[in-house]
Amino acid sequence: MIDEAFELPRPSKVNYINAQYGLKSWLLTRDHKRIALLYLGSITFFFFIGGLYAMMIRLELLTPQGDLFHSTTYNKVFTQHGILMVFFFLIPSIPATLGNFLVPMMIGAKDLAFPRINLLSWYIYMLGGLITIYALLAGGVDTGWTFYAPFSTTFSNSYVVAAGLGIFVNGFSSILTGLNFIVTIHTMRAPGMTWFRLPLFIWAQYATSLVMILGTPVIAITVLLLAFERVAHVGIFDPALGGDPILFQHLFWFYSHPAVYIMVLPSMGVVSELIANFSRKNIFGYKFVAFSSLAIAVFGFLVWGHHMFVTSQSVYAGMIFSFLSFAVAIPSAVKVFNWTATLYKSSISYDTPMLYGLGFIGLFTIGGMTGLFLAALAVDVHLTDTYFVVAHFHYIMVGGALMGYLGGLHYWLPKISGRMYPEGWGRFSALVIFVGFNLTFLPQFVAGYMGMPRRYHAYPPEFQVFNVLSSAGASILGFGMLIPAIYFVWSMRYGKHAEANPWHLPGLEWRTQSPPPTENFETTPIVTWEAYEFAPPGETEVIGKFAGELETA
Amino acid sequence: MSHAVTKEVHHHPALQHHFEDMDQQREAGTLGMWVFLVTEIMFFGGMFLAYTLYRSTYPFAFASASNHLDITLGAVNTGVLILSSFTMAMSVYFTQIGKSRPQILCLVITLVLGLTFLGIKAVEYKSKYDDSLFPGRLIPNRPFGPTVAQHGDSDPHKLHLLGNATVKQVELFYWIYFAMTGMHALHMIIGAGLLTFLLYGSIKERYGPEYYSPVEVIGLYWHFVDIVWIFLFPLLYLLGRHFEHG
Amino acid sequence: MQSWVPFVPDSASTFSWKVDAVYFYLSGITLFFTLLISVILIFFVLRYRRRSPYEIPRPIAGSHKLETLWSVIPFLIAMTIFGWASKVYFEQYSPPTNAVEIYVVGKQWMWKIQHSTGQREINELHVPVGRKIKLIMTTEDVIHSFFVPAFRMKADVVPGKYTTQWFEATKPGTYHLFCAEYCGMNHSGMIGYVTVMEPREFDNWLSGNTGNTTPAVAGQQLFQTLGCVSCHGANGEGGRGPTLAGLFGREVRLSNGQTLRADELYIRESILNPQAKLVEGFGPIMPTFQGQVSEDQLVQLLAFIKSLQISNPQQSTPMSSPSPSRTQSPAATTQAARNPF
Repeated sequence: MIDEAFELPRPSKVNYINAQYGLKSWLLTRDHKRIALLYLGSITFFFFIGGLYAMMIRLELLTPQGDLFHSTTYNKVFTQHGILMVFFFLIPSIPATLGNFLVPMMIGAKDLAFPRINLLSWYIYMLGGLITIYALLAGGVDTGWTFYAPFSTTFSNSYVVAAGLGIFVNGFSSILTGLNFIVTIHTMRAPGMTWFRLPLFIWAQYATSLVMILGTPVIAITVLLLAFERVAHVGIFDPALGGDPILFQHLFWFYSHPAVYIMVLPSMGVVSELIANFSRKNIFGYKFVAFSSLAIAVFGFLVWGHHMFVTSQSVYAGMIFSFLSFAVAIPSAVKVFNWTATLYKSSISYDTPMLYGLGFIGLFTIGGMTGLFLAALAVDVHLTDTYFVVAHFHYIMVGGALMGYLGGLHYWLPKISGRMYPEGWGRFSALVIFVGFNLTFLPQFVAGYMGMPRRYHAYPPEFQVFNVLSSAGASILGFGMLIPAIYFVWSMRYGKHAEANPWHLPGLEWRTQSPPPTENFETTPIVTWEAYEFAPPGETEVIGKFAGELETA
Repeated sequence: MSHAVTKEVHHHPALQHHFEDMDQQREAGTLGMWVFLVTEIMFFGGMFLAYTLYRSTYPFAFASASNHLDITLGAVNTGVLILSSFTMAMSVYFTQIGKSRPQILCLVITLVLGLTFLGIKAVEYKSKYDDSLFPGRLIPNRPFGPTVAQHGDSDPHKLHLLGNATVKQVELFYWIYFAMTGMHALHMIIGAGLLTFLLYGSIKERYGPEYYSPVEVIGLYWHFVDIVWIFLFPLLYLLGRHFEHG
Repeated sequence: MQSWVPFVPDSASTFSWKVDAVYFYLSGITLFFTLLISVILIFFVLRYRRRSPYEIPRPIAGSHKLETLWSVIPFLIAMTIFGWASKVYFEQYSPPTNAVEIYVVGKQWMWKIQHSTGQREINELHVPVGRKIKLIMTTEDVIHSFFVPAFRMKADVVPGKYTTQWFEATKPGTYHLFCAEYCGMNHSGMIGYVTVMEPREFDNWLSGNTGNTTPAVAGQQLFQTLGCVSCHGANGEGGRGPTLAGLFGREVRLSNGQTLRADELYIRESILNPQAKLVEGFGPIMPTFQGQVSEDQLVQLLAFIKSLQISNPQQSTPMSSPSPSRTQSPAATTQAARNPF
């Protein structure tokens, strides 16, 4: 039942953006919404640098010869593309921007549990970023983002320790964000906001936070030991000094596999919001979708060995990891089916956020199913370390995680900024991104099965046709992503003003003005409605009937 | 239609504005510390894994290296830490019942015991330095290079190798030893800093029965650091005691 | 070099069609579900588009039956993939006992190959059709990976241990050989060719490429010059040191009571770190050869010791002058740490 026990105050001019002016009020803020914007700026910056590296890769791979860059430079370019995109863009992206902004609002709280720790996490992120940028500018790192030993411990002459230190520091930002979310969701829900009334975005953030706090410390110690070995010449991973290089791989992947769930779970949470809200229907199988996030988080810790099937790992271990990898695919499939079923007999609008949500479902299906190829042992023997793997994870990371992120940014832009983006350009760029993305990565599946290895700077000529198609797609994708960058900035000044609830939706975040006041809600909301309850039962129209709309009479 | 009425409520001065009341603040703080301690378990876990693997591969080397550690100092340190956990718990108790003098006294004793631990650790590290047991080239002008005792020599400064142990394998033990005890000592130093912060606040009479959360939460952290040592001591110091020396 | 199906590489081993079959099965399932979801999505998006600005559809809570259906069916399908792929994988990683052995040593940035008949190749591997070939591989420096797309086979080479892979080539031709584990500056240059030949052509190639001693003979020469004969005997008959004749593949009892099977790794380790696995009844008097033998030479010694299966000696050589007795010294050693799984 749409609650009438909540009165929307008359919109005032004061919001979290104009409440205080000055650089100090931003750099020393405790407001989760301002911190989210600080993160948004930094993350976008690192994304564009990582994107520039991607452009360099695709330019080099236009021709079979390694004629654009020296091979060492190319090796640094793909390494740095990986490090920046994984650690400085994908892992923080949705949690630190949309999560920081929306988690308190969606549960009816005034802020996160630990606002100062939230600000600290941004400073730690910036410190890690600065150290990494130093490593890049001082000469770069060329080990691959996976830092395999003994190349990284003994043979690489690049700035491994500095890059590792940057990643180490950045990890604490992740841990603190996860910790904050878990405590907030447990202890600060508004009265009446029971667990099963929470939006699925919150369930997804909660599951992500579990992975963040349990997995990130392991990469921290791994990178620390790597640095220790390089500096002190001790044999932890280098067999020439008595160590075990496979131990490095186990420790590395124990984090880095769950890390991919840190990257995709929040995006799945966004997609649940987009599908439900832009079809005006509650998510089919709410509890199943909620629990599937938790299942993915737990199972995600059990499958790391599927990155090591050909590394001399025992065949029996291989079989166990393969079985578990198939098992972890099932909860994701459940989500896809539930999202699709939600659209049955719904009321679908073609706004940009919905387009991104639909794009996610299609592309994630392909990405997820190509993961099954890699979970299948005999096929993985052929496909591992080829472009098939590259295509698979880009389908999930770009076709999945990035689509969700862009959809969420468009969806919540009016709440965050009080302005709307231009809908026509939104739809156009979504289409360009979709087409460009598929053209970039679909040929890479074929190149991979044909045998093209990854991390190759030059390749035999028969792979050229796939690479040319892929590079053409990349330029379209790059162009497509510039458009939102431009119109987001444009809309800050010239976008249509957004009211409190421009999409006419029941979520708690829409029951306060756009942009919100610093304390989010004038009074603490009391929740008596279910998640995604669009109208009282029996109603087939909503005309100012739920509290999101201002009573005109 | 009802809406929440803003009441005039006496706010405790330590209540953060984003919490509804002190209960919620205390609950959040305690849960936050527990979650943080879970991340610390995962952090130390990687090193425990490495220890387990290398110990099972080189049992004799690990036993030899473990015998070379000073078990007396290690045992004293263990007792010191366990006692400090007791005084820390007492400090929390006294805060909860509002007895501020015993609370401050217990905090001071905890801090002194913690510093004692670090002092004894420094003595141990110095003796490792003297015997050239810092692994690799961690100390650039004193690389790993202990003198190996010949058969019959019972000089405690020389390394006595058991079974098929080699010096290179003993070096593996020592990087694990320094990584784990070093990380532990770092956490102790941070703990000492936190205790000093608590001491300052206690002297200023900030804590009492209505607001003891910081004492409790820092107490949790202190207990965790203690527990890590309780695992480290037997694994590092007591490995090879059933073998005879030489 | 292109096969007529442009999306699949050449098929040149007994594994190729087996792996391709699983791949096509997976592709079919992927295509089916992708089309299914896409078509349904497009249909719903058109059929249920919003027709009036304020309409609210009737909420549907869910269906336990559907949830069970679309959890169980995908799981069962996944299990068929798992089972089939595991079966093929088991075959891929179970080298047959009668395979011809070829030694591979990777290093930055080339593949060095030694046939047991003595031929040495760099970045090239010649093999005959229809024979089971087992590669025994290691690396001198970092991790590399020996990848032949046409065979659908790949295995990493890891420093400090031997890894193996096997295949049986089915079609003559020249096929790509790639390094498939990033290894530094010239990773994309660490490539070559595997040439599969008809048996007669292969024999011609073999006889046209003699001049090198076989690894086993080279190993025997090392066995003398390094002084192994003084304790183990010229033909591995034993003496101050354990018997090596017939050792390979046999159970060995160690001084700590454990037993193990003498494989390549055990022999390599015993040369580099003799104290690690002392044989029962022998004292720790063997010196270490760490730093004195390269990976290539280790492979040759290995080949020689393996050849000592046959009890009649290959050649009878006079005992070399006794080597000076060496006391045990704790020299720096390389430890080939076993992976724990």
